[in-house]
Amino acid sequence: MSSIENKSSSSWLNSDRRRLILQEYGIFLAFLLLVGILALSNEFFLTPGNISNVLLQTSINGVLAIGMTFVILTRGIDLSVGSVVALAGMVSASFVTSSATAGIAGAPYPMVVALAAGILVGVCCGALVGFIVSRFSVPAFVATLGMLSAARGATLIYGGGKPVPALSPDFRWIGTGNILGIPMPVILLAVVFAGSWWVLTRTRFGRYIYAVGGNPHAAKTSGLNVTRIRFLVYVISGALSGLAGMILSARTGSALPQAGIAYELDAIAAVVIGGTSLSGGVGRVTGTLIGALIIGVMNNGLDLMGIQSYYQQVLKGALIVGAVMLDQKRNQGG
Amino acid sequence: MQPLLKVEGLKKSFGGVAALRDGRFELAAGSVHALCGGNGAGKSTFLSILMGIHKRDGGTILHRGKPVEFGSPAEALRSGIAIIEQELSPVPHMTVAENIYLGREPSARFGGIDFKTMNRNAQALLDRLEFSISAREYMMNLSVAQMQLVEIAKALSHEADVIFMDEPTSAIGEKEAQHLFSAIQRLKADGKGIVYVSHRLSEIFQIADSYTVFRDGGFVGAGNLADIDRRGLIRMIVGRELGEEYIKTNTPTEIAGLEVAGLSAPGKIEDISFTAHKGEIFGIYGLMGSGRTEIFNCLFGMDRPSAGEIRLDGRAVTIRQPADAMAEGIAFVTEDRKVTGLNLIDSVRNNICLASLPDMSPSFVMQKSREQAASAEMIERFAIKAARDTMPVSGLSGGNQQKVVLGKWFLRQPRVLLLDEPTRGVDVGAKREIYRIICDFAAAGGTVVMISSEIDEILGMSDRILVMRQGRSAGIHDRQDTDAQSLVHLST
Repeated sequence: MSSIENKSSSSWLNSDRRRLILQEYGIFLAFLLLVGILALSNEFFLTPGNISNVLLQTSINGVLAIGMTFVILTRGIDLSVGSVVALAGMVSASFVTSSATAGIAGAPYPMVVALAAGILVGVCCGALVGFIVSRFSVPAFVATLGMLSAARGATLIYGGGKPVPALSPDFRWIGTGNILGIPMPVILLAVVFAGSWWVLTRTRFGRYIYAVGGNPHAAKTSGLNVTRIRFLVYVISGALSGLAGMILSARTGSALPQAGIAYELDAIAAVVIGGTSLSGGVGRVTGTLIGALIIGVMNNGLDLMGIQSYYQQVLKGALIVGAVMLDQKRNQGG
Repeated sequence: MQPLLKVEGLKKSFGGVAALRDGRFELAAGSVHALCGGNGAGKSTFLSILMGIHKRDGGTILHRGKPVEFGSPAEALRSGIAIIEQELSPVPHMTVAENIYLGREPSARFGGIDFKTMNRNAQALLDRLEFSISAREYMMNLSVAQMQLVEIAKALSHEADVIFMDEPTSAIGEKEAQHLFSAIQRLKADGKGIVYVSHRLSEIFQIADSYTVFRDGGFVGAGNLADIDRRGLIRMIVGRELGEEYIKTNTPTEIAGLEVAGLSAPGKIEDISFTAHKGEIFGIYGLMGSGRTEIFNCLFGMDRPSAGEIRLDGRAVTIRQPADAMAEGIAFVTEDRKVTGLNLIDSVRNNICLASLPDMSPSFVMQKSREQAASAEMIERFAIKAARDTMPVSGLSGGNQQKVVLGKWFLRQPRVLLLDEPTRGVDVGAKREIYRIICDFAAAGGTVVMISSEIDEILGMSDRILVMRQGRSAGIHDRQDTDAQSLVHLST
């Protein structure tokens, strides 16, 4: 093998560069193509109102998918995000409800308290999963499948199976408010994206995540604390799930026990469409964001065209598999 | 007599660059033929065309006088050409017999598998070859060497008469290698043609009858090994005179660099003691599984020893994890660069910097310019051939990959260098560069402990040699007072 690579290094460089360009911009080009087609087929699609709507619909999945990217980069997976969304949403809502029966004693509290509680719930769920995965070498699929069930159950217990309604207006602002006309959830997504991009591309911790995902043995021999890095990515995913849960309940005005069901699947879909490898070590948060936008734009566009949501699901399935097939082909082609 | 296999003018290009310009080869029945060449010589391309993995651009392949062309390894195997690959890929949870007859299981009634016939046939085959392996054993319970023998049995069950072996001894010990060689001798006596690919010249001289040398994708020469000496063969492989293979420039001092006393880890090593001096290259020789690597694992904090003391520069140190060892100035070049040394999908630069990130970027944010400078320095210092330092390290040759691993550790300016098989799978030219790097490090006052299963290398490079046998030390010997025979004798 080595002789082939050595001999043809200059041609390899060309195809390598080609591949890099495809990897770098392929997903972006696909996104632009999709937008272009939808813009031509429906004059309403590119109106500011609709763009804002698409972004708003993408924001929760976007936040979850970014957290998922951290986990998948280390060869893990987090199936629990949907349930954590519900639990965090419900716990934080119970601090700001004006309903006499649904809230905890002393509610409504100021918004900051609720926000802290929601994030804390997410962090705790993530920390527990991370601890189990990194310390006991339980496969991430199993540990987070357990949390998927446990957090859903905890949500039902906490709220007695009933929704928490009538949230305070200042809490609802994070879901329904806007700054300079930009909806709050979109701003939060942008902040999460910028922060994650910075961590993954500019910090040591980011490099460590890639190193652990690329080759955990080599990372360990190089003196990296692989256990801690694995632990932390689940904490990040948990915290972002907590944030997403609060955005969701703030938008809808009440926290529902069945909120967030199957959200993990959309998050994983966005990561995969965005070109992050499920075998770890390869991928980018920019790709994930575009992946989430593609899902959002597609749902919206098909809605506008009057296509039933049942068909949308079939198309989304085809898109996920198609994206990975293309990715595989591209990698082999190089 | 008609040759078993005759190849002429074989050509192959990848993306406009010729990997193989003129592949010529002639294999006689009942002989062992060594295919030699450095990394990048075109050997692997040659093999992959013969096995039907790549399509050739030109040339002819005659098998028993008939032109052949294969679309896949399965086709090649059906026509009697088999390969024992460097990295075996058996199905671990299946038995030996099931692996041999995978895809061709004898059928019983109702479409089931006739396990009885299969096991009987497999055992008969193994017995005929004098391999002491049970056909009912699970593949995962076999050693690498035994798996190779199963692969050979599988090839013969397809009635292969041409068998390629690509670096078969790279993952097995000396004793097992001798086992393999006697199996090869039997195949030869049976009229099979064996093509043996290896970087280890002493093996080639031991078992092969004839040789073919490739260099830079072209045929350089062929002949009988009886008519050429080691020096002459090396000259053909590298294309120039290389001088002495092992040039030692270091002189051991009397100052202790690394002292190990009574190091034990249950079931792995027992009561290992030695002192490696500054300026010394201290060799450790032993078979696979004799506890050599386990010593390093304990020294580097990968394993926790149950007893023993480690002293650096006369000071006792406690090492609980790799980071502790690194803080003490220990560097560990692991046995298998692909598994534990490198993040193959990541770039050359990131791999070089991986072990030094906290030092280069003390705050949370990375300092790209320092990483860039560090990687440029190491690439220049070790003459690493890479188009760009942002290309994936998987695109480099074995020798250059190994130099990246060395660069990663030298960047930390270590005081003690632990080397586990530092030249495995590296060609003759790159080997010398690595020897030079090791010698320079020792000459500058560094302490080197080196594990190798290549006897020539351990005798050529080490000042003293610790022999390991079944987890225990079988003595420490000066290089002048020992030779290959006594090392093998002590280790078994």
